[in-house]
Amino acid sequence: MAEPRRLLPLEISELSFRINGRTLIDRVSLTIRPGTRTVILGPNGAGKSVLMRLAHGLLDPSAGRIRWNVPEPRPREQAMVFQRPVMLRRSARANIEYALKLAGVPGRERADRAAAALARVGLERIARSPARVLSGGEQQRLALARAWALDPQVMFLDEPTASLDPGAAREVEDIIQAIHETGTKIVMSTHNLGQARRLADDILYLQAGRIEESATAAEFFRQPRTAHATAFIQGELPWH
Amino acid sequence: MQEISQAIAAAAALVGSGDSKLVAIMLLSLRVSLCAVLLSALIGLPLGAALAIGRFAGRQTLTVILNAFMGLPPVVVGLFVYLMLSRAGPLGQFGLLFTPTAMVIAQVVLITPIIAALARQIVADAWQDYAEQLKSLGAGFTQSVRTLIWDTRFSLLTVLLAGFGRAVAEVGAVMIVGGNIDGVTRVMTTAIALETSRGDLPLALALGLILIALVLLLNTCAHLIRQTAQRRYG
Ligand SMILES: Nc1ncnc2c1ncn2[C@@H]1O[C@H](COP(=O)(O)OP(=O)(O)OP(=O)(O)O)[C@@H](O)[C@H]1O
Ligand SMILES: [Mg+2]
Repeated sequence: MAEPRRLLPLEISELSFRINGRTLIDRVSLTIRPGTRTVILGPNGAGKSVLMRLAHGLLDPSAGRIRWNVPEPRPREQAMVFQRPVMLRRSARANIEYALKLAGVPGRERADRAAAALARVGLERIARSPARVLSGGEQQRLALARAWALDPQVMFLDEPTASLDPGAAREVEDIIQAIHETGTKIVMSTHNLGQARRLADDILYLQAGRIEESATAAEFFRQPRTAHATAFIQGELPWH
Repeated sequence: MQEISQAIAAAAALVGSGDSKLVAIMLLSLRVSLCAVLLSALIGLPLGAALAIGRFAGRQTLTVILNAFMGLPPVVVGLFVYLMLSRAGPLGQFGLLFTPTAMVIAQVVLITPIIAALARQIVADAWQDYAEQLKSLGAGFTQSVRTLIWDTRFSLLTVLLAGFGRAVAEVGAVMIVGGNIDGVTRVMTTAIALETSRGDLPLALALGLILIALVLLLNTCAHLIRQTAQRRYG
């Protein structure tokens, strides 16, 4: 078997995104390396979701470059779970099978892989339930299972626990940890500091479309270098 | 007043007895309109979906035209199809005028814009929700169209029911292209028009009652489909 193509590192240089005269991402440069869990921190409206959409390939940059280590990453190689995941009007398992089908997984393998993916997130019992009537927490886990089933090298997770209760949030954090341990690179956004402390290896601190800090989690939480980040950590409202 | 109540009683008796002429007219109506709605679905649903998510030149224009065509007066559609099918018309050689096929064609012209326009709206709304997720999973244009049609299947089914209701209740177009020939192209609406003008109120009323019942039934179905789908699939 051929050596799998390595997507990482991902080099982002001087990336800007403008729309309707507003600059949402402002000359961002960063490198995403394999192995660690990278957490993008920042207040509401900082541009976390936009930055991930750009990296995932859903938005086209206004300026700058997004360069993977391979020419054209396929969807199955780098997956994304959205802040509000969209479930198709079919069963939980069929949602995963759908993603596998689009990823080119042969028909006879899909059912087994979907079942395994559901089991990994503890949803085997609701495999046949219509996905859209599941609870918020179950839908979030299903969204993770759907992305994980593709066995991607990189997974972008946009606020994976926003609007979940603490119990459901912990379940999702455990799943993220498990995904990390299978070797998939985690890039996730959150504005939940506790979650960042629990999960992050690296922190990217984003404010008003700019990366203000890039540090290891230990460094960042011990001694943030910018006033914005300090205020954010101390829980002050970060009005500029 | 008495005349009316007598007519209603006679109509009810006619419906109850399963009068063969009545049944034949009813079946032809159903057959013509079912064919029309099936053909319109084959054209209208993909067209509506493509307009909803496609990014091609002329899309806006086509959408405006489609919406305008929703309100086409049936007699004008009838006249247009008549001209197409008449001996001197471009399709005259097929000899379709005054056949059930002609009526199907007229109804297709009438309801395809309705089905396409309503489908466009439904699919466009779903696309708002789904676009990023489908793109993220790697769905191309055709795949997206198929997925959206399948995922909005219950709403689209109610659109088809609405199209059927419109087709079966329409009189102007089928009168012109069908000719209301007894035993050949006489459907419920044209029969009602004729029998009323001839003064045979019981038959007209009996057909009217059936038509009303049919429309009620269609709307009940549409309502139940929507409700069940919402409860079962979210
Ligand atoms: N498609 C768009 N068109 C116009 N403005 C947009 C668009 N997408 C995002 N924005 C704006 O860009 C800014 C950043 O949005 P983004 O969703 O990335 O923030 P965020 O950091 O993810 O915030 P949150 O923590 O609330 O999710 C916001 O002010 C938002 O209103
Ligand atoms: Mg966001």
